Amino acid sequence: MASEAATETTRRDFLYVATGAVGAVGVGAAVWPLIDQMNPDASVRALASIEFDLAPVGVGESFTITWRGQPIFVRHRTEAEIAEARAVPMEDLKDPETDLERVVEGKEQWLIMIGICTHLGCVPLGQKPSDAKGEYNGWFCPCHGSHYDIAGRIRKGPAPKNLVLPPITFLSDTIVKVG
Amino acid sequence: MSGNSSYNPTGAVEKWFDERLPIIRFSKEHLMDFPTPKNINYWWTFGAVLAFILVVQIITGIVLAMHYVPNSELAFDSVEAIRRDVNYGRIIQATHAVGASMFFAAVYIHIFRGLYYGSYKAPREILWILGVLIFVLMMATAFMGYVLPWGQMSFWAATVITNIFAAIPIIGDPILALLRGGFAVDNATLNRFFSLHYLLPFILAAVVGLHIWALHVPGNNNPVGVEVKSSHDTLPFHPYFTMKDLFVIVVFLIPFSWFVFFAPDILGHPDNYIPADPLLTPPHIVPEWYFLPFYAILRAIDFDMLFISSKLGGVIFFGGSIIVLFFVPWLDGSKVRSGNFRPLFRPFYWLFVLNFLMLTYLGAQVAEGIYVLLSKVGTAYYFAYFLIILPIVSRIETPAPLPASISESVLGKAEASGEKG
Ligand code: HEM
Ligand code: FES
Repeated sequence: MASEAATETTRRDFLYVATGAVGAVGVGAAVWPLIDQMNPDASVRALASIEFDLAPVGVGESFTITWRGQPIFVRHRTEAEIAEARAVPMEDLKDPETDLERVVEGKEQWLIMIGICTHLGCVPLGQKPSDAKGEYNGWFCPCHGSHYDIAGRIRKGPAPKNLVLPPITFLSDTIVKVG
Repeated sequence: MSGNSSYNPTGAVEKWFDERLPIIRFSKEHLMDFPTPKNINYWWTFGAVLAFILVVQIITGIVLAMHYVPNSELAFDSVEAIRRDVNYGRIIQATHAVGASMFFAAVYIHIFRGLYYGSYKAPREILWILGVLIFVLMMATAFMGYVLPWGQMSFWAATVITNIFAAIPIIGDPILALLRGGFAVDNATLNRFFSLHYLLPFILAAVVGLHIWALHVPGNNNPVGVEVKSSHDTLPFHPYFTMKDLFVIVVFLIPFSWFVFFAPDILGHPDNYIPADPLLTPPHIVPEWYFLPFYAILRAIDFDMLFISSKLGGVIFFGGSIIVLFFVPWLDGSKVRSGNFRPLFRPFYWLFVLNFLMLTYLGAQVAEGIYVLLSKVGTAYYFAYFLIILPIVSRIETPAPLPASISESVLGKAEASGEKG
């Protein structure tokens, strides 16, 4: 009797499995909201984009604004700085990207990046004239010593990637939208 | 270890109660009569010190939560208000903040005691694993507590530590969003950290309960590492060890109170008295002293290994430095528990202690020059100790002869046998 019951699929087996399956779905459905509530909420997601004017920023100057709670680095690069960024051979880069891939064509003087070190998230120094700029004349993250060049590319230290570029659109010659 | 109860309920009410809920019997067995090796030294009192501090943290924490406001605009000022305006708030807040440091000081002593006397060996593996789990929970609790005052160090510690999870391939970024509840550390992060900081100590207390349960199955290890053989080897926990533990708690309260009353901020970082600024990283981020050795390990990996980036590598070593502790009972193959009888083990052990202190020092230094090199050496020794030295030494060394029993180690051979005869 017992061995018969074990080998044969009965209606009872089906009910067990079906009950178990419905139960698992039910538990999953109850748990998911409890986890998902921790994700960014609607008010945070609503801060999706900002616009600003580049006109007042002189050549060689930088400024920082906030987008989604994160600093955005804007730098008006000099001709010399652009030339310096372009001259770097690809083999020297940890995360190879040409300078042109990091700016908008025709607007190569404007470098716009998320100012968060790709290592563990500190804000690198280099926006203020008095800041340390690192060994590559760009930005320097003091937390664990990452050096970025004048195109925001990682050159030395523990950070794995270049500074991240936010999605940007030039609405006019000087008005930029981030997000 | 049951069956050593001397509880005899007197009177009808006590008997009636004992038959329905034998909690008095249980307490008497485990808190009073419990047979404890008579040779345990002062290093064995830190478990009691830890239990005491856990209670202090929970009581002071509940009081702080009556005045604290978990909101990114108000948190910093609310902690200042606790320190300045709340009656006795200055002392209660300082006790909680200093208490966290004292908690770690005691737990490090407790862990290094276990590593020296081989307390993790059979039959105490589960006891040890629960201990490591407690250590992890303590670190999570202290980290989230440190974020609550929302100063510069709070904010940047939260940023850097949550970012560690982003190094995990594929699931890293979703986990990061889940932890922070935003694109950066912000109010949502502060709120959930407060909720979890309130919760975790109670989970901690539950795991401590399991830890003590797992202790009371085999009973205490002891400085010679020989198991209890007869009742001559033990004394009842109360009053012999309750009094000894209480004495050490009182002595421990002296430095504790000194910090609370005279130097409440000396263990913290001055930058945490600057309100959090998401656009400005302090020039030199340092975690609380008790995280420094692990922070040094995290920073030591600044080079890529094959396909593993330096970032992921640092995180792997950081996590690995804790996870390796879970496996110590099986990495150390020596049958002899106590370091006192292991001549080859001992120098490596003390070198490990020195190395750990060196890593603590290095974690607070800037990540440049000689400090980076020393951090790498320290990290290498930390892992080599567990993964290479312990397994090999335990298999090649000849231990010194062990005493036949605990009594013999205390009284000498002749007296011990006389006592038995
Ligand atoms: C395992 C035990 C605990 C540890 C290790 C711990 C650790 C910490 C630490 C390091 C701080 C930061 C102190 C500062 O820098 O000012 C803190 C703050 C705080 N903790 Fe705890 N805590 C524990 C238990 C609790 C409990 C049980 C509660 C509440 C029920 C609590 C509530 C608070 C509150 C409200 C704050 C913010 C006020 C302040 O910064 O002093 N803590 N905790
Ligand atoms: S966060 Fe920038 S180097 Fe670590």
